[in-house]
Amino acid sequence: MSAAVPHDKTEIYRHAALVRVTHWITVFCFFALLISGAEIVISHPRFYWGEIGNVNTRPLFTIPIPASRGTVPTGYGFVMPDQNGWSRYLHFQTAWALVLTGLIYLVAGMWTGHIRKNLVPEPGDRMWRVYWGRIAQYLRRAPPDAAEAHSYNVLQRTAYLMVIFVLFPLVIWTGLALSPAFDSAVPAAVNLLGGRQSARTLHFFVSGVLLLFLLVHITMVALSGFRSRMRAMISGRVPAPEEHP
Amino acid sequence: MKSISRRKLITAGIAAAAGASGLAVADRLARRYGLIPPDCGGIYGPGETLTYAAQRLITTRSLAREFPRSMISKVPFANATPPPTDAFKRFQAGGFSDWRLAIDGMVARPLSLSLADLRNLPVRNQITEVACEEGWSYVAEWIGTPLVEVLNAVGLLPQVRYIAYFSTDPDWWESIDMADALHPQTLLTWGMNDGDLPVSFGGPLRMRVPRQLGYKSLKYVVRLTATDSMKGFGKGLGSAEPESGYAWYAGI
Repeated sequence: MSAAVPHDKTEIYRHAALVRVTHWITVFCFFALLISGAEIVISHPRFYWGEIGNVNTRPLFTIPIPASRGTVPTGYGFVMPDQNGWSRYLHFQTAWALVLTGLIYLVAGMWTGHIRKNLVPEPGDRMWRVYWGRIAQYLRRAPPDAAEAHSYNVLQRTAYLMVIFVLFPLVIWTGLALSPAFDSAVPAAVNLLGGRQSARTLHFFVSGVLLLFLLVHITMVALSGFRSRMRAMISGRVPAPEEHP
Repeated sequence: MKSISRRKLITAGIAAAAGASGLAVADRLARRYGLIPPDCGGIYGPGETLTYAAQRLITTRSLAREFPRSMISKVPFANATPPPTDAFKRFQAGGFSDWRLAIDGMVARPLSLSLADLRNLPVRNQITEVACEEGWSYVAEWIGTPLVEVLNAVGLLPQVRYIAYFSTDPDWWESIDMADALHPQTLLTWGMNDGDLPVSFGGPLRMRVPRQLGYKSLKYVVRLTATDSMKGFGKGLGSAEPESGYAWYAGI
């Protein structure tokens, strides 16, 4: 499942079926969560810190957009259409789909060695010098090393590990902390974050960092050959680099 | 080639049969243990059912967080209230002395209680947070009669699974399952922050369900109905909220 099994002489096997299927389910869920999350924010585009926050308390910051509820003072003379009903249903349904997909990916990824072999930086690469070297290579817009045709470089590995083991757990935690029922069973989930409004603000920021990752990810895919990268993530195969036998 | 595809076909058939019967068993178990919400249909049904079932497995008896007196919001937010109905205005003109709470449905002794009757039942006060689905929240002290005291007084029949509750506005009604109806923090609230519950916050009588979002805490409650099914109420989705696109279970 993980080894680079050649399909024919001009192609190499790049992504296992597990990685491809979970990747595209994640893409679909993430977009649904992003859109529905933005819709929910529009109903109250003010953010607070601590336990409580409402239009009678001072916000930490305000997003300068009109709101979908007339009770929020925004400075605009109109109210956006209320889309919270389906947005909330969609947000939680795709959150479930994403969490279950993530669990399958994690269990299978550990079982097959995908995470250890393809994502954990190789022993020789775990040095700042290697990181700086690859960053410099990106900045010079130098072509990637031949090894990168069938393997991730140290920056990619670190970014993917951060998304999988830091950002997704954080966004799930801060989201769960917004559930009044879950908080009754596990009060520490919200108390450790500093209260309900802190959890909401952190959920917003972590989502923002995930969006930033997505933008960089898409940019890198576009720069390194959109068609071949898409083909690799759909069919699993990439053209073999013209090289030595 | 042929034998491989046949073997694959048989394997897939067995897997599909096992999956389908597994789902059927899960469905029967879920129904028996009350893990299926009334709004389980439609494209968002699977996610809603997963949320409700998961919460019912971990949160049947857990208590909503209560806060110290110092955390009570200085200026709580009353939210927009619908224009009062004529019926409500008549009660208000009389200082709510005629306000009655009717309890009917699958009960041994239907009752109609005045606010004074309610205050003579055991009282509970608690400092909990109101969290709106929009994102804002505040903390207040709520004083009232635990719903479970009223339900004990009328004697619930054993098949009861939901308590539906209705406001003076016929378009504004809700329901909760027995885990929340019998929960000690679910209050028929008539006091707030050491005074009477103001009209803007749902006075004279509001259902407070602190383990769910604010919209389950219905204002201006005049009637409770005990039932074994929500099918006969409105469109059968459990409350007025799913009829306008919002989840029946708001514990998230």
